Amino acid sequence: MSPRRTAAAPTAARGRTRARSRSGPAAQAAHRRDLLREMVRIRQFEERCVELYSSGEVRGFVHLCIGEEAVSAGVLGALGPEDAVVSTYREHGHALARGIPAESVFAEMLGRVTGCSRGRGGSMHLFDVSRRFYGGHGIVAGGLPVAAGLALADRIRGQEQVTCCLFGDGALAEGEFHETANLAALWDLPLLLACENNLYAMGTALNREHAQTDLVARAASYGLVAWEVDGMDVLAVERAVARAARAIRDGTGPVFLELRTYRFRAHSMYDPDRYRDKAEVERWKERDPIQVLSTRMRAEDGLDDKALAAVEKEVSEELATALDHARQGGTEPVEDLLRFVYSPAGGSS
Amino acid sequence: MTGGGARRAESMSYREAMREAMREALAADERVFLMGEDVGRYGGAFGVSLGLVEEFGPERVRDTPLSESGFVGAGIGAAIAGLRPIVEIMTVNFSLLALDQILNNAATLLHMSGGQVAVPLVIRMTTGAGRQLAAQHSHSLEAFYAHIPGIRVLAPATVADARWMLAPALADPDPVIVFEHGSLYNGTDNTADDPGPVDLDSAAVRRPGTDVSLVTYGGSLGKALAAAEQLAAQDQVDAEVVDLRSLRPLDDATVIGSVRRTHRAVIVDEGWRSGGLSAEVAARITEQAFYDLDAPVERACGAEVPVPYAAQLEQAALPQVPDIVAAALRAVG
Amino acid sequence: MPALGADMTEGTLLEWLVHPGDQVHKGDIVAVVDTAKAAIEVECFESGVVERLLVEPAETVPVGTPLAVINPVNAVTQRPAPPAPAEPTAARAPAPTPLVRRLAEERGVDLSSVHGTGPGGRITRADVPAAPQPEPEAEAASPQGRAVTAPPVAAAPAVPPPARTTGRVRSTPMARRLAAESGVDLAGVRGTGTDGAIRVADVRAVLTGSETAPAARTAPTVEVPPTPDRHAETADRSEAMRRAIGDLMTRSKREIPHYYLSTTIDLGPAVAWLREQNRGLPVSERLVPAALLLKAVARAAREVPQLNGFFADGRFVPAPEVHLGVAVSLRGSGLVAPAIHHAADLSPAELMARLRDLVARARSGRLRGSETTDPTITVTSLGDQGVEAVFGVIHPPQVALVGLGKVVDRPWAVDGLLGVRPVVTATLSADHRASDGATGARYLMVLERLLRTPEEL
Repeated sequence: MSPRRTAAAPTAARGRTRARSRSGPAAQAAHRRDLLREMVRIRQFEERCVELYSSGEVRGFVHLCIGEEAVSAGVLGALGPEDAVVSTYREHGHALARGIPAESVFAEMLGRVTGCSRGRGGSMHLFDVSRRFYGGHGIVAGGLPVAAGLALADRIRGQEQVTCCLFGDGALAEGEFHETANLAALWDLPLLLACENNLYAMGTALNREHAQTDLVARAASYGLVAWEVDGMDVLAVERAVARAARAIRDGTGPVFLELRTYRFRAHSMYDPDRYRDKAEVERWKERDPIQVLSTRMRAEDGLDDKALAAVEKEVSEELATALDHARQGGTEPVEDLLRFVYSPAGGSS
Repeated sequence: MTGGGARRAESMSYREAMREAMREALAADERVFLMGEDVGRYGGAFGVSLGLVEEFGPERVRDTPLSESGFVGAGIGAAIAGLRPIVEIMTVNFSLLALDQILNNAATLLHMSGGQVAVPLVIRMTTGAGRQLAAQHSHSLEAFYAHIPGIRVLAPATVADARWMLAPALADPDPVIVFEHGSLYNGTDNTADDPGPVDLDSAAVRRPGTDVSLVTYGGSLGKALAAAEQLAAQDQVDAEVVDLRSLRPLDDATVIGSVRRTHRAVIVDEGWRSGGLSAEVAARITEQAFYDLDAPVERACGAEVPVPYAAQLEQAALPQVPDIVAAALRAVG
Repeated sequence: MPALGADMTEGTLLEWLVHPGDQVHKGDIVAVVDTAKAAIEVECFESGVVERLLVEPAETVPVGTPLAVINPVNAVTQRPAPPAPAEPTAARAPAPTPLVRRLAEERGVDLSSVHGTGPGGRITRADVPAAPQPEPEAEAASPQGRAVTAPPVAAAPAVPPPARTTGRVRSTPMARRLAAESGVDLAGVRGTGTDGAIRVADVRAVLTGSETAPAARTAPTVEVPPTPDRHAETADRSEAMRRAIGDLMTRSKREIPHYYLSTTIDLGPAVAWLREQNRGLPVSERLVPAALLLKAVARAAREVPQLNGFFADGRFVPAPEVHLGVAVSLRGSGLVAPAIHHAADLSPAELMARLRDLVARARSGRLRGSETTDPTITVTSLGDQGVEAVFGVIHPPQVALVGLGKVVDRPWAVDGLLGVRPVVTATLSADHRASDGATGARYLMVLERLLRTPEEL
């Protein structure tokens, strides 16, 4: 059993320790079950979000990653606790897989002071500095230069850490991606650029937005080591990220990974889905990352319906408890509105 | 200070004062590094960092590509990670390319993360006109930044402030933007002995007076002082000159205190009049000192035009001593 | 109706994809809803049998309105039910409409006691009983009326205060403030600012006499009404008042060549007369010596008009009426001298009532503009402070100030015999530019004569 199921031993604590202990077949099977459970957990969390949003308990923009769970579980699962993560506004899965407790993420979405950003961020701005999870960025590509800076600090101090920046395919149309890609290669930054390519920038298909849709080629043109990965196969994602992180730690420079995935639901909660065929969505659903992994586990690890149902039930109970607790969280008093605009020690106003 | 000897008052230029402040910071704290376009080998577009790369090496005096958003964002990330970056942007016009990083990240992350992510970053940039650099290198956009909660905005107008404001700016746990007016770099003055902890919150009365308050900052301070001298010599008007020093937060107490004494105010701001700092200061005066006003608040501002190249047009676009004198005389009546 | 976007407050049901009796599962698409932006398929979060559809196609309902009732009889879900939009609310009469609530409030009707006849028991407009309008509020008691000590005669001011003109005069905020503090009527001040705006220097010019208010009626008094809503800066205001008093008195002493006269008056007849008058009256209506004294001061001013008026434009301008300024010291510190209008025409009883009203309002900061600007001659009395004689400073542009001391019992020779009599020392400070000592002496003689025959007052 992976220790990451309990809050006492957060997910991020596994990282390379687990990589070393993954040698035997039994250990590998257990590890696959951990990954399956993480993806089921993210899926169920997102489904809860749909309900919370529809009932009006959660408002604002809520971007779900249903269909993209393999990216969350695979990328974050392969990083160590010392590594830094910068994410996007579609980051519930990243945050959960990084080890931020579901209760804390639920509370954030409910606007509670017990949320991981004290209810000041909401769905799009999840932060947990104790887990080196630096948000939750709402500006497409806006997190990339910041990630470069985190990596630069490690580079200057000679620290063997990786900064992983997650972003979508839409970010490649932004100047900040290109500035960052150049800086990363130029300064040899320990930076992993993880592009979660779900083929749509909001409602605009990749080929309607980019003249050159080969994202790997474009990244490579900056001098980045780059390759593409099946983003629906969590094991492939995990392998690729582990390899990239190892290379970065070994000093071979920054890496760009294109993780090819698909979102099954709307861009933000609900949309009319006029921009893509239902048939296309259905085709991708055949490659549902949970299905992909569980099929393999049925074949190799003897996973059966009963075991799968048990995982689902366990996760469902965990999330129900987490949501209950989150709902009991207090709200920040309005008198504290102006807190955190400046640091308490800064004395500015 | 290099030699470690006793600090003494010495005459230096504004440029040298800023360089000395950076040298001192780089020497004192290994977390500090300078980064920006041509700050290293070139010595800085305006020569401010000349010699620093030789002294501290290319890692700590880091040339960047022409990627304002990229390297300002990198400064933010490095600050979050525990370093103390000084990021130089060549001019305020270029800083607009990094406005996303400054506003959406530097000024916002602390609040948006519920107090977790502080950004101890210093951004220096040149501002202002007067050197025939035309409409994309000459504007005074300080008001854009003074509008943003979450950052501190400084405008050192004297050699002493250039010399001594940087250390407290670097000590601030939140982002600080320092505006250096391009016309100030060559001015020289005696920098006072190390004045001890420099207060970044307060405006300064640079010339006491009784009849009208000239409220200004940065590159216009010299003009306001010259106008005050002329008013005294030719019109027997005793003008008080207030240097804002900090554009955010604004030091209401000093400004309002001055207006309460003089009952008249002229705001001198090279920025455009509409929606600018002069408007903000005027609004605060009417909010807080309305019943002490004996004349409408006057403003001498930059003309509402992109700054032109031709010398006579450029000068006409800026608030000049005669404009300030005329505004003061209108106020005094 | 689910929330389908951050800005969605209502939605229109376009189409039902299920019918009553249909079995549905969690996640099934059950309806199509039109938001302002797009038609969106709505999924359900419960498994069960559709019992009832509550909203018809084309109907627009707010977010949160139940769309259908699903009977979870066959549900297999294990987790607790979320707050599902498809959950019907308890059968209860619909909330009254805003119109009905407003009507009820206007008519003072408790809606919980009203039987609704509308659909589903909703209370309609017609259901709200017509209630009698609440009694119009009794005429508000005037401040004077509430004052226990004031007789009814003082309940309303005899003359409504004239509309002030200062509001329409172009003037700077600081000029207005100083004018208010020093009692200068801006209507009479010449402005030297932009477009003729009055600036503080123009007000100061009036106060220091280098520029004189042309209108004779702009008689400044030292007055700062601390309005109740201006709670801040009490210290500032008292300091400002101190300054204003100082300015005015300095100007007076600098410009006005004062001369001073004094006489001691036997109040025996007046006190005897008062005792007679007061016999049988309740305490609150009894006349006090001050009332007689004020009346006498005012009457004397009418008889000696050279002391009643203003010095303006280098000459004395007599005033047609006697508006008696009465110096009132304020609690804490400060001084105002508002006018009792037409004081010479009021009976002692009326005068006394006016005085009480005036003192009360001066101390609570509710003086009227005209009261602060109109005095034609001022009386100051420090008798209640134990002082026997007061030689006051004239309030410019007035030309005289009468001082009254304490009424004391003194040995007094009358017709060659020594007796003990109540006496008061009356003084006159007068402007030598407007009058001479003989005129002043005549004034004090008249005052004495009037007080000897109180029945004529």
